[in-house]
Amino acid sequence: MAGRERPEAVYYYGTCLVDLFYPEAGLCGIRLLEREGLRVIFPQAQTCCAQPAFNCGYHDEAREVARVQIALFPESHPIVVPSGSCAAMMKRHYPALFEGDPDLRRAQAVADRVVELTDFLVTVLRVRLTDLGDQARVTWHASCHALRDMGIDEQPKRLLAQLNNIKLVPLDRERECCGFGGTFAVREPEISAAMVEDKAADIASTGAATLVSADAGCLLNIGGRLEARGDTVRPMHIAEFLWERTRER
Amino acid sequence: MSVEGSPAFRPEAVRALCDSQLRANFRRAMDGLVAKRAAVFTDPIEWRELRALGASLRAGAIARLPELLEELERNCVGNGIRVHWAETTQEANAVVLAILREHGASRVVKGKSMVSEEMHLNEFLEHHGVESLESDLGEYIIQLDGETPSHIIMPAIHKNKGQIARLFGQKIRDARYTEDVDELTAIARRVLRRKFFEADAGISGVNFAVAQTGTLCLVENEGNGRMSTHVPPLHIALMGIEKVVERLEDVPPLYSLLTRSATGQMITTYFNMITGPRGPEEKDGPLEVHLVILDNERSRIYADVELAATLRCIRCGACMNHCPVYSRVGGHAYQAVYPGPIGKILTPQTEGLDRRHDLLHASSLCGACVEVCPVEIPITELLIRLRKEATHADPRSPVRGAGGGRRRLEDLAWRLWATAHRNSRLYRLAGLAATRLRHFLPARLPPLSAWTSTRATPRPAPRTLHELAREKGVPDA
Repeated sequence: MAGRERPEAVYYYGTCLVDLFYPEAGLCGIRLLEREGLRVIFPQAQTCCAQPAFNCGYHDEAREVARVQIALFPESHPIVVPSGSCAAMMKRHYPALFEGDPDLRRAQAVADRVVELTDFLVTVLRVRLTDLGDQARVTWHASCHALRDMGIDEQPKRLLAQLNNIKLVPLDRERECCGFGGTFAVREPEISAAMVEDKAADIASTGAATLVSADAGCLLNIGGRLEARGDTVRPMHIAEFLWERTRER
Repeated sequence: MSVEGSPAFRPEAVRALCDSQLRANFRRAMDGLVAKRAAVFTDPIEWRELRALGASLRAGAIARLPELLEELERNCVGNGIRVHWAETTQEANAVVLAILREHGASRVVKGKSMVSEEMHLNEFLEHHGVESLESDLGEYIIQLDGETPSHIIMPAIHKNKGQIARLFGQKIRDARYTEDVDELTAIARRVLRRKFFEADAGISGVNFAVAQTGTLCLVENEGNGRMSTHVPPLHIALMGIEKVVERLEDVPPLYSLLTRSATGQMITTYFNMITGPRGPEEKDGPLEVHLVILDNERSRIYADVELAATLRCIRCGACMNHCPVYSRVGGHAYQAVYPGPIGKILTPQTEGLDRRHDLLHASSLCGACVEVCPVEIPITELLIRLRKEATHADPRSPVRGAGGGRRRLEDLAWRLWATAHRNSRLYRLAGLAATRLRHFLPARLPPLSAWTSTRATPRPAPRTLHELAREKGVPDA
């Protein structure tokens, strides 16, 4: 891919779920990148990667929205996305979505430069983290699209492994879907509920104080269930978790 | 629009979710299969290379389907196998019945065959006065209980040994009640042994049909496949058109992928290669072998380059074993011959999107199925493609019942969504409204109520990332 060497600037694509539900996590991602000496550009005209409409089969509508996104990155900087799912949409599905469209080349050029945040931190920036936080027990949920569409498995764990004061307790079923699946949670609410309940129970049984994950969709889903169960486990995006534990106070 | 009276996945799935015994049976069984498969694919490089080979062999065969089928027919006929073609399941049933009648056959033993499930063959034969007995243990169990398979490899996987013990106690004469698995197997074996020798004909499926040699390969563990195809004087094999492979050398890698993916076995107990009826000098084997090749909408799938990947399937069942939806609701909720992820893409294509678009949404698109598919079928991509066909009534669509899942309200919702998200000012305005009115979301109304029934109400943050970024001076360009 483009830019395995360290760039001077990056674009930051926050994603709509982070924008609305986890903006602090989005900002922490920006700070992590800036701390490495990069200039981070946040195009204010960004909206949504268009995955919801794409997954539901509404490809004309998805293309209209995607067309706005692919115009946001005129320079050749990498496009860093704090979500494996949205990154997969842009990297893997934009070229197919624009097949036969005059904007195909532009879509492909964007796809080529999209990189998920933890992957970028580990593979390109090779960040070194110093844990300044208290002793803590945490667990990790692997998001499906990061894992299977983007091949991101070890990267986030390598970041967490650099934090000396945390104990990472693995889930029994770390790789099993939490049941979010975008509109799946609304179209098949009962199965989705059964899946997220199993995930929440798995998390609760680890005794962890914090659930770390790298996708806002999973966090929203699992966090909502944990709260409804009355569990005190705190769901946290990995960007926020890393920043909070390593920032100078 | 949707066809009235079509099966619906959701209510059946809800019923299954409420059945704690069923859920426990499936979860335990699927966990076991997942672990067994993992134990035989420990080398990721070997796995990657073998599955790439499997995918290319199957994709290559599907790409050349018409010529390979002709070659298969030629070589089967050369081996003394009589070949019959059936476009529909009705035609296939009629062919089987005609062959049986010609021989005055009234008692049939069957090996496991998913194509025969597509045909509802047992029901059809019983209706025409032919006794048709399943001889695969799992199939035998569900036939006794009047059920359909809940898994394509392990048809009775939804039952535990206690349920099977009670069933045998009730339905098999002279069977003593026991929960000992070996004893239960022995009871079934005693019944089936006699039936093999009494049968006028045996019916089986086909796992791989080799075009170049006219060989029918049958993969099994119980020996019932060999008994069904070799003891009775007449053997009728059933296959879908997609089961053909080009050369004999293609079989070992596909066989290895099949057994390791299905049951975690390096090799099955039996592997049968059927090359024709009993020869003049031979002492056993059937006197006649027939092969019925069924289309049942497969050629329509073949005609679309992308959808044709559906036909690569070698029916290992790994996709269902690893599916978080299947492992919670089991196979019957799908109300389809092929349940689970492969069924979600196959059934709407064979039965029509207007009848079975419901199955397309029984997936979170997590991709666990794609990760383990031994022939690299892009199941999630095909689900998305079929969702597109289901919601757009394009007369040129290659899929039956296109537009059959379309709802005006959904069309409108996505048009509104597109309007809000292609205009960044409108989007930011909506974000502003959502964050400022964050305590007033209509949590009790659909579609949000589906979410809040088991989860706390999602609350937007006080300010969006757009606002925070601007405030902190993060450059816009």
